[in-house]
Amino acid sequence: MRRLVFLVGLCFNPLVFAAEPQERSRAKDLYLGEAYYQAAQGNYFDAISRLDTELWQFYRLDDPKLDQLHYRVNQANFSVGDFELSYRMHQRAGRAVKAVLEGNVDEATRTEAAWRLARIYMQKSDATSALATIENIMGRTSGNAGDEDSLLLGNIYLHTGKFTDAITVFNGLKGKKGFDGYSTYNLGIALLQNGQESNGLAEIEKAGLLNSDDEATLAIKDKANLFLGSRLISSGNAAQAKQYLDRIRLSGPFSNKALLSSGWADAAEGHFERALVPWSTLIKRNSTDKAVQEGQLGAPYAFSKLQLHGRAAQLYAVALQSFGSELGKLEASLKSIREGKFLEALVRTESKLDREWVVRLRELPDSAETYYLLELLASNDFQESLQNYFDLEEIRKRLATWTESLDSFAEIIEIRGRYYDEALAPVDTRFAALDSQMRLRMQQRQTLHERLQKLLVAPRPDFLQTAAERVLLEQLARLSEQYGSDRSAAGADARRRIQRLRGALHWNIHTSYDERLTFAYKHIHDLDADVVRLNAIHRSFVRTRQAATQSYKGYESQLRTLRLKIRDAGEKLSTLMARQGSVLEAMAIRELEQRRARLEEYQIHARFALADSYDRANKQQDGASK
Amino acid sequence: MPIFALWNGSLESDSNEFGTMKLLLEILLSAALGALHCAATAQQLPKEQTKGLDEQVQDIKSDVLAISSELQQLEEKLLYPSNTQLSVFLSLAGSGKLRLDSVRLKLDGKDAAHHIYTFKELEALQSGGVQRVLTSNVRTAEHSLEVAVLGKTGNDVPFQQVATYKFKKSVQPKLLEIVVDRSASSDKAIRFKE
Repeated sequence: MRRLVFLVGLCFNPLVFAAEPQERSRAKDLYLGEAYYQAAQGNYFDAISRLDTELWQFYRLDDPKLDQLHYRVNQANFSVGDFELSYRMHQRAGRAVKAVLEGNVDEATRTEAAWRLARIYMQKSDATSALATIENIMGRTSGNAGDEDSLLLGNIYLHTGKFTDAITVFNGLKGKKGFDGYSTYNLGIALLQNGQESNGLAEIEKAGLLNSDDEATLAIKDKANLFLGSRLISSGNAAQAKQYLDRIRLSGPFSNKALLSSGWADAAEGHFERALVPWSTLIKRNSTDKAVQEGQLGAPYAFSKLQLHGRAAQLYAVALQSFGSELGKLEASLKSIREGKFLEALVRTESKLDREWVVRLRELPDSAETYYLLELLASNDFQESLQNYFDLEEIRKRLATWTESLDSFAEIIEIRGRYYDEALAPVDTRFAALDSQMRLRMQQRQTLHERLQKLLVAPRPDFLQTAAERVLLEQLARLSEQYGSDRSAAGADARRRIQRLRGALHWNIHTSYDERLTFAYKHIHDLDADVVRLNAIHRSFVRTRQAATQSYKGYESQLRTLRLKIRDAGEKLSTLMARQGSVLEAMAIRELEQRRARLEEYQIHARFALADSYDRANKQQDGASK
Repeated sequence: MPIFALWNGSLESDSNEFGTMKLLLEILLSAALGALHCAATAQQLPKEQTKGLDEQVQDIKSDVLAISSELQQLEEKLLYPSNTQLSVFLSLAGSGKLRLDSVRLKLDGKDAAHHIYTFKELEALQSGGVQRVLTSNVRTAEHSLEVAVLGKTGNDVPFQQVATYKFKKSVQPKLLEIVVDRSASSDKAIRFKE
């Protein structure tokens, strides 16, 4: 489709432009790379949406410098602008690229941004702003502009009347692979505009002699030859025009016009028999073409000039029949468009699978005769409107899908709510009990830890008694009390034994103090490892518990707002689609009505000429019989 | 997209054959010039209309992009919360002639994703794009990802490689990148990056 439009576009634009550079540098950030992946497939909406989301999240981070995107944030901002430009959002793209230009960026990024912004201005037919943007970086980038940028600069100069500068730039592009056609032709135009007619024509002649296998270059070559031929015919040098017109390919986009002009060049010189050669070829071609329709009048005109009135009458009759049939097609097309079938056909997805899908639309039932719309399709205004309509249709489908998504989200939330409300209550009760136990144990551990710390500076062996030792000491205390007042020999013996046992215990506790302290530390260290595990489990539970809550609570307002936004967007979209559709229909209808008006005029002329030719043929016959 | 800027200079356009016809076929002149005049006035009318409309279309695109971004965040929060989120990306490296036909992913031994590449997708990968092959939810633990790549080498010889990668999922979202090196030998074509 692009190729078709490009070639048709060449037919209607005096200047020729190269396609924009499309290659993108390799992205390191995954999200940025993902956006490039979408953009490279023409999914600009997804690319912008993905990057917008990432940038939105990035700018809301507490410390964006820690994020991977930090190192590529300028590239990301720049890319958003680039994608917006491709998605025909010039306003936002301009703002984004301007932000890069005014931001703290390196010189290379600033230069690239300036070229992009200039491209945006040129797309908006604002060459003055494009020039101002480039002049702003000119001093810094002099001589460093790539060939694509140079071609753009040359065109900016041409559109701002700086023809001398344009000539310099286009001269610099001479011989550059892939730019020869564009630069030579545009150099010729610049020279003509600068008043250097002979030099200008010489350059355009060079463009008309280019050798290439590239279809675009060949189309420029044809265009240059047609330009020269037409110019010579209109300046009364029809004989010279032939050599240029004959260079035009018979199968290219300019072939019909070339055949028509070639015939007129011969006719202007009075060589009507020669004029019939190209015109006879021309009239066998597609009868919806303007040049063919003119040829259908030109060929009988040539026969009549050759006094072959009978043949002329025959061809006028054929032309009349053809015009009638074409008018019928036009009427049907107008009816189809007015019934809204043109828009219906345009948005049918399957129709766009083919590169020449617009032409194929005519094959759909009750569809418009799209051959008549090819010129219109190549025009900037129609293309913009058409692309806008496609974008709106895509948005309409997205909004419909999103509405369904929101319904699904609401259902998910509702199911989760039902499940968790029931499941979480006993879990929370159990957790609360475990949590309080855990807190108690943690306090105990803390007390032990503090005590051990104190033992380091003020040893307290009694703190490190074992439970058995404590029980033993208590038993000895009771026995001591029991035998304290026993004055018998057995009592004295018992007290002596109790004393010895106490001494033995005291000895054990005090002599193994250091060992006991080490053990105590080891045990608390072991405990700490368990505490770490316990805390990890606790944190994991809390996170999971939070995630459970977050999976179904707090979405009502967001869902409601989103629904409203989608509904509002849908309403705006319906109005816009209707208006955009009406504009497209009006443009198509206007185009078809113009063609109809022209055909009706041709028809009237053909009728008169047919009658005239019959008369003359009859007179000729009468004269011959007499 | 070519820039079709409008030229309002004084150069004669291609449609000036009609001027020539004046000399040759007077009767056609009135029709042709009439048609041209109509064309000139007709072009002016929609341009003004479309300009305002175009701005409104841009505005609605902005609105819808904002909704899309919000919806994307909501979807991520609802379906792929950060503590369980796993995203697997695929990119190409090297300048060899290996052409990807398909990729299959198994997560912990279970089929997780399968993708067959279109020409446009391959072009996008070759120009530096990164494809999101899988977004899923996994527990915080050790996992294994098996990647099988099918394709053709420069000599049109079928190519197949399977590689496994073990990774640990923490509470943060996990991003894994599968790099298919088109210049590496067949047993080293798949690399993993975290």
